[in-house]
Amino acid sequence: MSDTVSGLLTIAVLVAALAAVHVPLGSWMAKVFTDTRHWRVERLVYRLVRVDPASEQRWVTYAVAVLAFSVVGIVLLFLLIVFQSVLPLARGASMNVDTAVNTAVSFVTNTNWQSYAGEAGTSPFVQTVGLTVQNFVSPAVGLAVAIALVRGLARSSGTDLGNFWVDLVRGLFRVIVPLALVGAVVLLLGGVIQNLTAPTTVTTLSGGHQVLQGGLVASQEAIKELGTNGGGYFNANSAHPFENPNAVTNLVEVFLLLVIPFSLPRTYGVMVGDRRQGWTVLGFMASLWALMLTAVTWSEVHAAAGPLGALEGKEVRFGVWPSALFATSTTATSTGAVNSMHESFSALGGGGALFSMMLGELSPGGVGTGLYSALVVAILTVFIAGLMVGRTPELLGKQIGRREITLTALTVLVMPLLVLVFTGIGIVAPLVTSQMLATGPHGLTEVMYAYTSAANNNGSAFAGFSADTPYTNLTLALCMFVGRFAPIVLVLALAGSLVAQRRRPVTAGTLPTHSPTFVGLFVGVAVVVGGLTFFPALALGPLAEALS
Amino acid sequence: MTPSSTTTSSPTASNPADPMQPGARRQKRHGRGNDGGDALIRPGHTSTSYTQLARQLVTTLPQAVAKLDPRHVWHSPVMFVVWVGSVVTTVQAVADPSWFAWTLSIWLWATVLFANMAEAVAEGRGKAQAATLRASRRTTTAERRLPDGSLETVAASDLTIGDVVVVRPNEVIPGDGDVIEGMATVDESAITGESAPVIRESGGDRSAVTGGTTVLSDGITVRITTRPGETFIDRMIALVEGASRQKTPNEIALTILLTVLTIIFLLAVMAMQPMAVYSGQAQSPVVLVALLVCLIPTTIGALLSAIGIAGMDRLVQHNVLAMSGRAVEAAGDVSTLLLDKTGTITYGNRRATQLLAAPGLGNEEVTRAAYVSSLADETPEGRSIVELAAAALDSPTREALDRLPRDGATFVEFTAATRMSGADLPDGTAYRKGAADSVARWVTSHGGEMPSGVVTEVDGIASSGGTPLAVAVQEPGRAPRVLGVIHLKDVVKPGMKERFAQLRAMGIRTVMITGDNPLTAKSIAAEAGVDDFLAEATPEDKMALIKQEQLGGRLVAMTGDGTNDAPALAQSDVGVAMNTGTMAAKEAANMVDLDSDPTKLIDIVSIGKQLLITRGALTTFSIANDIAKYFAIIPAMFVILFPGLDALNIIGLASPKSAIVSAVIFNALIIIALIPLSLKGVRYRAAGSTALLRRNLLVYGLGGIVAPFIGIKLIDLVVSHLPL
Repeated sequence: MSDTVSGLLTIAVLVAALAAVHVPLGSWMAKVFTDTRHWRVERLVYRLVRVDPASEQRWVTYAVAVLAFSVVGIVLLFLLIVFQSVLPLARGASMNVDTAVNTAVSFVTNTNWQSYAGEAGTSPFVQTVGLTVQNFVSPAVGLAVAIALVRGLARSSGTDLGNFWVDLVRGLFRVIVPLALVGAVVLLLGGVIQNLTAPTTVTTLSGGHQVLQGGLVASQEAIKELGTNGGGYFNANSAHPFENPNAVTNLVEVFLLLVIPFSLPRTYGVMVGDRRQGWTVLGFMASLWALMLTAVTWSEVHAAAGPLGALEGKEVRFGVWPSALFATSTTATSTGAVNSMHESFSALGGGGALFSMMLGELSPGGVGTGLYSALVVAILTVFIAGLMVGRTPELLGKQIGRREITLTALTVLVMPLLVLVFTGIGIVAPLVTSQMLATGPHGLTEVMYAYTSAANNNGSAFAGFSADTPYTNLTLALCMFVGRFAPIVLVLALAGSLVAQRRRPVTAGTLPTHSPTFVGLFVGVAVVVGGLTFFPALALGPLAEALS
Repeated sequence: MTPSSTTTSSPTASNPADPMQPGARRQKRHGRGNDGGDALIRPGHTSTSYTQLARQLVTTLPQAVAKLDPRHVWHSPVMFVVWVGSVVTTVQAVADPSWFAWTLSIWLWATVLFANMAEAVAEGRGKAQAATLRASRRTTTAERRLPDGSLETVAASDLTIGDVVVVRPNEVIPGDGDVIEGMATVDESAITGESAPVIRESGGDRSAVTGGTTVLSDGITVRITTRPGETFIDRMIALVEGASRQKTPNEIALTILLTVLTIIFLLAVMAMQPMAVYSGQAQSPVVLVALLVCLIPTTIGALLSAIGIAGMDRLVQHNVLAMSGRAVEAAGDVSTLLLDKTGTITYGNRRATQLLAAPGLGNEEVTRAAYVSSLADETPEGRSIVELAAAALDSPTREALDRLPRDGATFVEFTAATRMSGADLPDGTAYRKGAADSVARWVTSHGGEMPSGVVTEVDGIASSGGTPLAVAVQEPGRAPRVLGVIHLKDVVKPGMKERFAQLRAMGIRTVMITGDNPLTAKSIAAEAGVDDFLAEATPEDKMALIKQEQLGGRLVAMTGDGTNDAPALAQSDVGVAMNTGTMAAKEAANMVDLDSDPTKLIDIVSIGKQLLITRGALTTFSIANDIAKYFAIIPAMFVILFPGLDALNIIGLASPKSAIVSAVIFNALIIIALIPLSLKGVRYRAAGSTALLRRNLLVYGLGGIVAPFIGIKLIDLVVSHLPL
């Protein structure tokens, strides 16, 4: 079977699986977040943390809860890492303070940027009690925020957006944990390791000695992908044969990282009582994903002459197509796991992965973050297009007025602000440039990629860039923190202002937000806004590299 | 409605200056051309011919230059960035002179100047109107009546609320107020442009008078209701001058979006310099400013305020005064239209539409009888019977009948007691026409009888929502006979059905408000094609309906003229008061229609939509333009460093410098090119939203992508010959 055929088949199987799963999963999630009953285990949690699950929160309270939960998470994780040497199972792992800050922020913001080497920087204790816990709760936070925004659109003339603690707990117990369990078993069956044995020393073919770490990899791997986290057990991430041994596990991992983000449009459609709205968002996400996949695959396949194409930095057991598929999916969601080194991609292929993130992580984006980012772009689209039908723009009968457009525009502004400012500073700051592996356009791409990845909470890296210095660790941590929580607060404020509005009835004069024309425009706005913002930077990075 | 009121006439119908006659209005519009006149009426939309526009642009140049003041430019964040960029470029050009720097700085200043011109042209139109209005305001004195009844002469500007003034013929009414005594014909042409005088009288719905209008005959006593400086004309002047212009909600929202876009582009351009330095080719500030100005949405930023002013101005051209821009925008959002049946949907009086002969009798006889009995009936219903019958009679017969009065016939006037009118001929023959039951009583009391066939006809007409009138004759010495029935009904104005269909396509539901009974209302509603009706409506019902619609999230528009309409006008989102209406109605409404034409509401909705569409279309165009500008400027900036980037120069611009200059020139010229569009507004056709979106996207989205490629290329062909 040729690469092309097997590549296309892989994609076809993936798309078929997603198509089959997103409807029941999406509907299930809608049920989860509208259910009036609580599970027994959930009630236990509510009693433990003293939360009244029946009470609802206004947007400010909801946002305060999100921030408080996350900031406490960062502090706890930071303390865990700093004091890991005196905690159990230390095994000699250690980290600088600035690296610890970076890591703590990174895992709480669902970024999983790893300035440290996975197996050497953190002890198994920190991995389990700290990082893994955040791998579960950080996507649940994103999910809760997305649901709050959907409620803002679905509900009419109220003030409450739901209860963050309830949404968090339900997201965990009813969605993320069960799916992660299933995912771990499937990966285990596929050959991913899961053990607690001590490191094994083996003699290599050349006669050298190599220490092989074991660990609870399959369980970690499942939540790493499912929660769009991306922090690998091993430094080599999903390129490591223990994490991702074969084409089947590779496909399963890509499926896992896409499945929740691609199911959330359905949840949205069901919750707002108009499934066509869900199809619109799904169409938007899928189009962008397909667009980027085509671009990256095309440039990788055509990157190098010779029978194997551009195999530098890719695993031979996967090949070009599955690597391009993984790269596109991991950057289109906020995962950041890698099964190949993006640094070694062709200029346009690597640029494509970079641009996927620059679109704002909405094709389909991270767990929850993808949906709310897409809805923000939908509001932007409605505002521009809505005027063209001669009415005050509205989405689902909610008017997009002064307050709504201000919040939307500011949300859109956050990520470019971080990326452009820090890349601009970094590219002329010796502190940063000294860490670059490459020179010329490729070096620029390295730095830009790092800050784009951080600001979008992606976590993947152009590996040539050594980011473990105090300056880069702290600026990247700042990007991750602001890139995560500024949009969350703005989105919740937006939800608060939408929920207060009465839903207007649909008439022939209303702009339908479910027509193919609208989907086309929706995609167009995302590409044009992202493209216009970053075109100059991309021209000097990947484009200059590709065209010279 | 009961037949008791069949032959009464409505007061408006007999008003000689009925402003609702469309003919009169149209004539007026054509009659006053460019003379500037003493009124707001100005030629229609065709006024924006290019030569005229060119002249306007030249004459507004001084104003546009004055508007270069940064304190003014500050109001548009986008243009302020251009202004700062122009200053930077000029400083650079002075410090390090070159053709390139000077060309760019001149065109950047031109960009700001063109934006100011657009605004000045839009404002200029209002200023001319304000001047003519001011001229009508120069009332000097007023005769104030003191509590003891004596009069004193005071300056009009000293009048306050509650003062009572006496106005005699040929005097100008000194301020807004209500007539408390007397009745007069008033020339209101100063504000309406309507030269036919109107009647103003104490009490009722025609008691309001406007300062600046002139009493022609008789005299009235007026109680002043506004403070000096706040009169209707003062407000009109402020409005058309744009002095009190506030940014509308949508305009503010759009400005915010444009500002954030500007910030994003500012960041993109600023971040570019360190990247350029890293890459080994720092860019000159002039080039960076050029890139920035091309990227930020200058086209819409420059035209935004002109679009808003022109939108208000378009309303004024339709003789509608909007008290706030908010209301104009709301008009575009209206989803329910409340229309009074009388005068808006129907002609306002029942008209004869059919003559039905009694069973066994010929049409000829009933036609003659109807004609004769209505000859002296001056009510609109009576006139319509004469018209209908006359059309069915041959001319000798008609002439013979017309001679009857001279031949000694006497006419019986309609009275509320008899509810009949008719004629008694010299030979003793008596014709009677009137409410069916009255005629039946007349016939039976004189020994005749009501044939059952006629009763059936009468019931049939009544149940269809019409009004039946019976016609009877009593020849000398014989018992009276019923000859037939006249079918009176409300006649729906022609074209209404089509207009309502258009409105439906626009997503607007029309509700007809009428005092008629549900049966009549239903039949007229069906005939007119309205979506719904409210029968036997009281002001409270109307209010309840508005609130109910608003509760469902719908914006409601309505017209009204009476004092009892005022609460509903205030409650509705777009309330249009008729200028003939009371001061209370005008105060409560957010628009006043000077023509007092209730169907104007439909135009107002279109204008509101057009305003929003124009903004959206130019925003889309402006953003779409950026794609081409990137392809022009980015390769130009870095082609020396990365020769491969020349592949992005897809339109083959001559040199890096010519590419940058061409993009900046295009960016400036496109503003001038779009001034007519922003003043006229994007053409709006009533259509479903998807069709509208698709069309506008094609024209302004796709057009916005393609146009600058062509434009910049053409400019480059010229610019490449300059010694840059």
